[in-house]
Amino acid sequence: MNAHLQPTGSAYFLTQETQLSERHTLSVLVDNEPGILARVVGLFSARGFNIESLTVSETEHDKRLSRITVVVIATPKVLVQIKAQLERLVPVHRVHDLTAEGAYLERELALIKVNGTGDHRAETLRLADAFRAQIVDATVESFVFEVTGKPSKIDSFIALMQPLGLVEVVRTGLAAINRGPEGM
Amino acid sequence: MAEKMTGAEMVIQALTDQGVEHIFGYPGGAALPIYDAMFQQDFVKHILVRHEQGATHMAEGYARSTGKPGVVLVTSGPGATNAVTGLTDALLDSIPLVCITAQVPTTLIGTDAFQECDTVGITRSCTKHNYLVKSIEDLPRILHEAFLIATTGRPGPVVIDIPKDIQFAVGEYFRPEAETLRHQSYRPQVDGDLAAIETAIDLMLKAERPIFYTGGGVINAGPEASENLRELAELTGFPVTSTLMGLGAFPASNPQWMGMLGMHGTYEANMAMHDCDVMINIGARFDDRITGRIDAFSPNSTKIHVDIDPASINKVVQVHVPIIGDCNRVLEEMIRIWRSRTNAPRTEAIAGWWTQIQKWRDVGSLNFKNSDTVIKPQWAIQRLYEATRKQSKEVFITTEVGQHQMWAAQHFHFDQPNHWMTSGGLGTMGYGLPAAVGVQVAHPDALVIDIAGEASVQMTMQELSTAVQYRLPVKIFILNNERMGMVRQWQDLLHGSRYAHSYSESLPDFVKLAEAYGAKGIKCDTPAELDAAIAAMLDYDGPVLFDVLVEKDENCLPMIPSGKPHNEIILPDTANIGDIIDEKGRQLV
Ligand SMILES: Cc1ncc(C[n+]2csc(CCOP(=O)(O)OP(=O)(O)O)c2C)c(N)n1
Ligand SMILES: [Mg+2]
Repeated sequence: MNAHLQPTGSAYFLTQETQLSERHTLSVLVDNEPGILARVVGLFSARGFNIESLTVSETEHDKRLSRITVVVIATPKVLVQIKAQLERLVPVHRVHDLTAEGAYLERELALIKVNGTGDHRAETLRLADAFRAQIVDATVESFVFEVTGKPSKIDSFIALMQPLGLVEVVRTGLAAINRGPEGM
Repeated sequence: MAEKMTGAEMVIQALTDQGVEHIFGYPGGAALPIYDAMFQQDFVKHILVRHEQGATHMAEGYARSTGKPGVVLVTSGPGATNAVTGLTDALLDSIPLVCITAQVPTTLIGTDAFQECDTVGITRSCTKHNYLVKSIEDLPRILHEAFLIATTGRPGPVVIDIPKDIQFAVGEYFRPEAETLRHQSYRPQVDGDLAAIETAIDLMLKAERPIFYTGGGVINAGPEASENLRELAELTGFPVTSTLMGLGAFPASNPQWMGMLGMHGTYEANMAMHDCDVMINIGARFDDRITGRIDAFSPNSTKIHVDIDPASINKVVQVHVPIIGDCNRVLEEMIRIWRSRTNAPRTEAIAGWWTQIQKWRDVGSLNFKNSDTVIKPQWAIQRLYEATRKQSKEVFITTEVGQHQMWAAQHFHFDQPNHWMTSGGLGTMGYGLPAAVGVQVAHPDALVIDIAGEASVQMTMQELSTAVQYRLPVKIFILNNERMGMVRQWQDLLHGSRYAHSYSESLPDFVKLAEAYGAKGIKCDTPAELDAAIAAMLDYDGPVLFDVLVEKDENCLPMIPSGKPHNEIILPDTANIGDIIDEKGRQLV
């Protein structure tokens, strides 16, 4: 067969990936300056790393520092690269791989809109109670719930709401912090 | 002490304070205030280029040959986009550049104003760092911080985008103390971990088949690093090879020199890399043109890797002893610790290794069949090299990209760092001519030669006009094979010799072209006349475009074909390179 009719693999020497991917939560302390998010996100897209979840907000106003929590799924080798590449960005102060460094907490907040009347409405409220979801808006035919917790808890709650009239969901993405007295 | 001045004046003042004597640039609407400020002083000298890409490569040549940062000044929009190739080139080859781009006034940013482009957006991924200056208060700090970032750690290009209203605004200029700049989040690690260095020395002391694999990092670490590399090589007695970017750090005339390694490296260097038991990588990054197939790369060696960039460690090849730090500092420590352990090189222990290396050398992988009817490109470079050795002037070589570049690396020999400028990482055709101009600006009395291909040189040919304007006597030595030779070679190798668009149907008459620019043109197509023609080129006091008509279908060998490990290198006596790569290899290229 003609070589030029075959799909060209790649321009270079490809080797099979043998490592398995893992899900890791990274905490990145950065200067809160214009363009910082674009730098971080651009690095991920330029180097072909995938972002599962991304949360950014200023956390120390006087020092103009922001904390970025980013969840990635990658092989151990790529995870080391991601961390090194992030640390190479000039406005990045520190990168911690929370998953690798020990016990840590993860929380997410979701706002969930559910429509329903009659029996469905009663069932919705019962489940919301079990999940400690707060009602933050209500009409005669709808609710908006606020749920906080681990992503898996929010996933379960959303799954349960599906048949009961789920309209839409917004999620904040993950906030994460290590356990114990040590700060970042 | 703070002083009141405009933003444009601050730019010039900061350049002056940084000791920048030359900048390469091109004016335009948004940059005019800075040009006006420049007009009113005479410390900073401006070289007017013909295309902004030329300015960036000139700055690269200037930087690489002096160890100082290269500085570029361009206008907004097209000025900035034209600079992108050179910025990317500098990023990949770790060359310190500070590129000042003008921007439309802050109030117009985002309105698709005339000559507006998102410069910081476009250059974010091709710079080490970049800035959009939004307030005059930030300007002095940013200007100086840019120099700090460009020149420290792993060097690279930094862009400062300055809107026109900020250039006009008046503020307080000050020169910040180095320590106050970016100390929080920007702290390159320069001292290598001592325990790791000791482990490295332990391994080196037990090595039986060691090799130093050195790269551009040694050159970036300054001339002392090259001195220290020589000393360590002498102390240990180990063979030394280098990447394309590292040529000159170790003298080619030294018996321990193995020649360049990699895709077109020597047989002995590649075989030694493949068979070594301890590999000491100093300032190189396991580029794919070096490693070939990763799973077959130096399978039985313990690898030590010294690099200032932590992200280079374990990026491509997993190493056993990573040492993050400045090459020079680490080399100093290595020398100190080696000396504390022994006074003698490991001559006896590695005698067998040298015997093996000699066998590989005897293969003569750089040999070629010479001819007395047609000029062989390799021979032309050898003749050029011999002729320059007789010169009393300091000699600097730049190249374009292609076969001629590899032949230059193989057949021109370097004994000093910072005398060889080539586009390694990005492989930018059109780099060599402007880079030569930049080198000549920094070294007016030196002999600066661009070893070129007829295709590459046309990409930035207009910079000959710059050379003429500033009386920069650069010599452009074109190995004219009327082909994009490297592309043609790959088409022979991989695509059944179907020469899709890899030849030059209409070439300019380079002699007339040179004359049109006000330079000298020379043409030579006969081996017997080459030496005299080279002498005429070297004797001429001004820029020369020298058209050397060479063998059209010469292959650049040796070559490690894609999909093959180092020990399956193609040697020069191979008749038909088209039969060498199998189906699987073809897909990998
Ligand atoms: C800007 C750019 N475009 C395309 C290429 C791909 N390329 C690599 S070598 C080459 C041919 C170079 O021809 P020439 O300058 O005549 O050199 P030769 O190989 O013939 O010595 C090309 C097109 C490149 N390296 N850079
Ligand atoms: Mg050519």
